[in-house]
Amino acid sequence: MPAVSTTPSGARRRASALLTWAGVLPFLVFAVLFLILPTLNIVIGAFRSPDGHATFDNIIALFSPSILAAFWVSIKLSLITALLGCLAGFLLAAAVVLGGLPGWLRGTVLTFSGVASNFAGVPLAFAFISTLGRVGLVTVLARDWLGVNIYAIGFNLLTFAGLALTYLYFQIPLMVLIITPALDGLKREWREAASILGATGPQYWRMVALPVLWPSLLGTAALLFANSFGAVATAMALTGSNLTLVPIKLFAQIRGDVLNDPHLGYALAFGMIVLTGAANLIYIVLRMRAERWLK
Amino acid sequence: MAFLELEHLEKSFGATRVVKDFQLSVEKGEFVSFLGPSGCGKTTVLRMVAGFETPTSGGIRIDGQEVTGLRPNQRNIGMVFQAYALFPNLTVAQNVGFGLRIKGQSRSDIDRRVTEMLTLIGLPDLGDRYPFQLSGGQQQRVALARALAPRPRVLLLDEPLSALDAKIRVSLRDEIRSIQRELGITTIFVTHDQEEALSISDRIVVMHQGVADQVGTPFEIYNRPTTRFVAQFVGTLNLLDATVLNAATGQVSVGGTQVALNRALPGDGTSLSLALRPEVVSLGRHEGRNLILSGRIAEVHFLGSVIRVKVDVAGNMVSLDTFNRPDLPPPAVGSAAEISVSERDLLVLAE
Amino acid sequence: MMGRRFWSGLAVFGSFLYFFLPLLGMFMFSLRMKRGELSFEAYRVVLTDPQFQTTFLYSMILALITIVFGTLISVPTAYWVRLKLPKLRPVIEFITLLPLVIPPIVIVFGYIRLYNTSSVLPLTGSWLGTNLLVLFGYTVLSLPYMYRAVDTGLRAIDVATLTEAAQSLGAGWVTILAQVILPNVLVSVLSGAFLTFAIVIGEYVFAALLNLNTFGPYMFWMGGNRAYEPSALAVIAFAITWACMGLIQLVSRFSKFSQVKR
Repeated sequence: MPAVSTTPSGARRRASALLTWAGVLPFLVFAVLFLILPTLNIVIGAFRSPDGHATFDNIIALFSPSILAAFWVSIKLSLITALLGCLAGFLLAAAVVLGGLPGWLRGTVLTFSGVASNFAGVPLAFAFISTLGRVGLVTVLARDWLGVNIYAIGFNLLTFAGLALTYLYFQIPLMVLIITPALDGLKREWREAASILGATGPQYWRMVALPVLWPSLLGTAALLFANSFGAVATAMALTGSNLTLVPIKLFAQIRGDVLNDPHLGYALAFGMIVLTGAANLIYIVLRMRAERWLK
Repeated sequence: MAFLELEHLEKSFGATRVVKDFQLSVEKGEFVSFLGPSGCGKTTVLRMVAGFETPTSGGIRIDGQEVTGLRPNQRNIGMVFQAYALFPNLTVAQNVGFGLRIKGQSRSDIDRRVTEMLTLIGLPDLGDRYPFQLSGGQQQRVALARALAPRPRVLLLDEPLSALDAKIRVSLRDEIRSIQRELGITTIFVTHDQEEALSISDRIVVMHQGVADQVGTPFEIYNRPTTRFVAQFVGTLNLLDATVLNAATGQVSVGGTQVALNRALPGDGTSLSLALRPEVVSLGRHEGRNLILSGRIAEVHFLGSVIRVKVDVAGNMVSLDTFNRPDLPPPAVGSAAEISVSERDLLVLAE
Repeated sequence: MMGRRFWSGLAVFGSFLYFFLPLLGMFMFSLRMKRGELSFEAYRVVLTDPQFQTTFLYSMILALITIVFGTLISVPTAYWVRLKLPKLRPVIEFITLLPLVIPPIVIVFGYIRLYNTSSVLPLTGSWLGTNLLVLFGYTVLSLPYMYRAVDTGLRAIDVATLTEAAQSLGAGWVTILAQVILPNVLVSVLSGAFLTFAIVIGEYVFAALLNLNTFGPYMFWMGGNRAYEPSALAVIAFAITWACMGLIQLVSRFSKFSQVKR
């Protein structure tokens, strides 16, 4: 008797489990087709020769001097803008949240950060060209008012430093947006408790506040790194092909106007994934170590 | 001279004076509670003692040393906060040892003191846990240990129990008091809970609108409140409207009944309020309670061992408690009743 | 105390200079098209350029369809995961965060390789296919913002109780989603939508590599061939971004009022 009655209910349960999974099927199909498969395709392609055999030739080709140089410039640019972005963004957020400044400033800074962190790409390059280019506003003002020709003393917007300065325009606000809630999470009582136990301000920051903020800081640094590493449009619109970054090289490769070996393109793209992935992996590992005290 | 002296403390935020001419001397080892509703200034006084707020005027002296101008980290005071305020990134042991680490003590000294403190609060095995792994009561004990570990001169407790469950609140209250007695540490305890203040303190300061209304032992505060606010805030109180018949002899009229109070009163014909605690009123006649007032039963609340009865006496609602007796059902609402009270127990309150 | 305010003020002032000067620079530059005077000539030229009008319209339509598609894929999924498959949440969350880690140029490269004319699904071979591809690409780019906004919105409401209440009144799944869940997370959806709009409207890499004449490639082309018009375009792009963020603030403020009323 029991055997007879359980069979249909078991089948129904299986059917309802299937139905439950059907609810997320559209999303999963979409994600697989347009996010995961394309990425996997690149990864697999990086290890294949044009006739379809497994090979490390493409990866080895990455270690040619010109490509290595491109990777080095990209990594340097991403690291520097990520670190400077973190630092400046942190200082700005701390000034607004903890600095005892008027309250309206906070909302203004946050709103502007929302705008500026999304103001990237081609228009941002235009803005910097018309400000710090050869006939840009600041360049001209410095020349006419201060008598300083910034181009004569070695500045050039279309170089590494200029690009880094431009990238900071979206890196800093992103940091502000992410770190402000974390700063809000620092309870006033922690500072007071530390203080009444004898700690000075710097001691409080070193022993309590920074360790508490550490996971957020690391996470943002990794995000800023990836953000800058993948950026193409800003760099292309600003420097054209002056500066050889990995994404610019890949762009040219996809367009087919420089190198004509698609599998080297795979390798370039694979290298990008490895680096941004590594940044995030480092972040996850450090975060797990830093967050033992979190739920 | 007392151990902790607060002299003419004033604090204004902009145009609002939140603490007005606050005076208090606390003896060494004494446990003093600041009791009052929220916004009465009790926390502000505590924060001035801690050094988080600077007094607008007045002075604070600890053990003869003027500390008014010192920063919090120079005062050697321990404090426990309402919301625990344990450092989430440090273990229990590291939290307790924080103040000692700041002082630059050696590892072994810190370890020894931490073990001692964890034993004192009854959590000797939890040193390696992180705060999130502890219950609220445990966290607050750790916060107490952290405050006490550097051997502070004064311990400040800012509503340390109000975030806890009722049961834990009572047990931790008793524990705080026994630890305080054991260490003999001078303590200020801020609370809005009168039962807490009454049960734990050597002395209570009842605060109201920035002013210390009354300072006294729990027994004095409860039985001889000097202001209407203190009487109403501490414990349940019944108020009777009365008219003065003869100020010199202390004769008043309560709902037509003449009562002799045998004490000096304001002028004839003025009306005043007489206050009485529920426990000094009996339902029916009672030996030693000679003043009989009649009224009508208005409400009966059966609370188990106690029955709370409200009697309408000439428009005044008088609340009183009787013990439950299985052989005697509670009085019916609407029936006539007499209450008896002793003249001695009637309080005349200043406004 | 005074020192802290001084340094904070200095940090804010320095940031202000760094962020304001490029805006001022691009605005001033955009006014200098006519020799010897300040004018809005560059804007007139840009706005009357038929190329501008078609590419801008194209990008706008793409952005709007991306928003609709993103909503259709995010809301039901986020709802369903919260209701029936909470164990799957970390996985879905991981997937929605991937576009922040994998550079867009890599994704579009994958598209070109996977869906080229000689593949099983030759999307790049037709006008419709290419547009679908860019639409899906933009949806992927917006996923971190859209999905997370919706998921956060859903956290604020009791999904299970609302669903049971609706079911007890005889509502089907479509009705529940459209009439119960969506209105409750509308503010989140709108926030995600405006952010998506800001991202898509000037997007360059996807459009350029898929050979679509949208606003991004148009701006890029102008940058290489004109002097003053790019600044005017940058000002317009900045204004659009600003408007999108302003609208996000507006809708979230509106939601605060409606919560108070309740």
